Amino acid sequence: MTMKRQLKEKLIEWFFLLNGILVILILGGIFILLLKNALPAFREVSLKDFVISPIWNPDAYDKPTYGLLPMLVSSLMVTVGALIVAIPLGIGTAAYMSDVARPRVREIVKPLVEILAGIPSVVVGFLGIVLVGPFITHLTGARNGLNALNGSILLAVMALPTIISLSEDALASVPRAYEEASLALGANKWQTVVRVKIPAAASGILAACMLGMGRAIGETMTVLMATGNAAAFPNSFLGPVKTMTSTIAIELGEVAYYTTHFYMLFAVGLILFIITFIINVISDIVFHKHTRAQL
Amino acid sequence: MKIKAATLKEFLGFLLLRLCMLCVALIIVVIFYDIISKGWGSISWEFLTQPPVDGMTKGGIFPAIVGTFFVAVITAVLSVPLGMGCAIYLNEYAKDNVLTRFIRLSIRNLSGVPSIVYGLFGVALFVEACHFGTSILAAGCTLGLMTLPLTITSSEEALKTVPRAYREGALALGATKWQAIRSNVLPYSVPGMLTGTILGLSRAAGETAPILFTGAAFFLPDIPNSIFSQFMALPYHLYIMSTQHHNIALVRPIAYGTALVLIVLIFLMNLVAIIIRYRLRKRGIVHG
Repeated sequence: MTMKRQLKEKLIEWFFLLNGILVILILGGIFILLLKNALPAFREVSLKDFVISPIWNPDAYDKPTYGLLPMLVSSLMVTVGALIVAIPLGIGTAAYMSDVARPRVREIVKPLVEILAGIPSVVVGFLGIVLVGPFITHLTGARNGLNALNGSILLAVMALPTIISLSEDALASVPRAYEEASLALGANKWQTVVRVKIPAAASGILAACMLGMGRAIGETMTVLMATGNAAAFPNSFLGPVKTMTSTIAIELGEVAYYTTHFYMLFAVGLILFIITFIINVISDIVFHKHTRAQL
Repeated sequence: MKIKAATLKEFLGFLLLRLCMLCVALIIVVIFYDIISKGWGSISWEFLTQPPVDGMTKGGIFPAIVGTFFVAVITAVLSVPLGMGCAIYLNEYAKDNVLTRFIRLSIRNLSGVPSIVYGLFGVALFVEACHFGTSILAAGCTLGLMTLPLTITSSEEALKTVPRAYREGALALGATKWQAIRSNVLPYSVPGMLTGTILGLSRAAGETAPILFTGAAFFLPDIPNSIFSQFMALPYHLYIMSTQHHNIALVRPIAYGTALVLIVLIFLMNLVAIIIRYRLRKRGIVHG
């Protein structure tokens, strides 16, 4: 009887263990399936051309070219643009909420930021078309409001909640003694925030910004709807760009399955997966340095 | 004099931080004001209960609402048991070893995988390899995997709030580990898990990229009748109405109405989750 009971317990434990391992399998499965569907592309196109060719033109009449560069540069451009806006704004807001705001203000702003995090990307993209686009045209006289600048602004909005909440957590986890020591030495609150708290929380804030970056570079619907999607090599923030994510979103719908073009889109997806994976792992390492430093 | 300069700097510095916060608050207010003020006029009983008519220039968005609901059901069926199982393993059984650290690292990385990559994965695995075709099932499974990290994290949070004494009490009375979990841990954590599940589903309901190629349809006159049918979905409908329709200016009110319905739906789901959490706190089961 006890034998049977022990066996049952072991089986149940194994069942949950399998359940845990499944997560690793899914992550591995995504990588393997992307790789499996990406590799056939390189039977016809050399890896070198994929990496260095400055033109992505799968529909060319004589010889289609598959260059990663234009969309990689486009993706980096809108992401960097977004971070230039979102990082100062996000850290500023986080610092305000953790060190300046009265509790009542914080009680209002915090849920607002959570609501912002819940707004679907397609809604943000829609606002890029109806609000931000016309605004940009009006302000700069650009011919088309759907451009890299528009995408950057929207991605900044998408990355803000991540940067604000995680930076605020990092600032809140700085031991109170640091702050008190600084104030006791005669520093005012502002000097304490800038020279003691933010440096002490730096690795946590950095991890927050990296996660925000990962979110921005993988964002699809907002850039798909708001950046104009011209395949040419990007040359200005006021010109249209076509990012890696929008290229997949547009062309997977039009392509014949199991052609070089189809496999190529998986290759682009694989690159995207690897980029976000690296960003996540680095931010993970930075973050753990942060939590260890606190102990 | 020197003290004054420092005080001035403090004043200006805090002013700058306040401006940052106001700027973020302004963004949020503008988003909601624009959608609510321009979407409100489109909302009517007919808009919510009728299919689109006349080349999608008139009528309602009923099939999109239903489609979003159907997909959410499949998403929940996949991600809730898997998420809870994984959370139970991590919180109740796992030892602090390499495997556990690997599982946690995988969860964090899964939550960072771009949604369009989940879409590609869904095409390769569910649509093609599993022969689900473009369907509610394929899209629901794709979204289910996508929300899995969130379900696991929130389920684990719920399990963590059950005091150790509950487990130890059962074990001391001679219960096996599983009996202790089943009778003394799960009943107290299920409502907390429910909260996390609803939040996960609200995220899934707003996603567009993963369903683009796994089953969402431009227009369907009828309600889907099986899990192997294609479906209309609110976020995809908004995408179509704002970029792909042949007369975008004409259907702008419909797009605004769809956006409003979508954010209200997500807001309501979040509200339900918050209310459940609040009531639990009042009952004293969830601490903190």
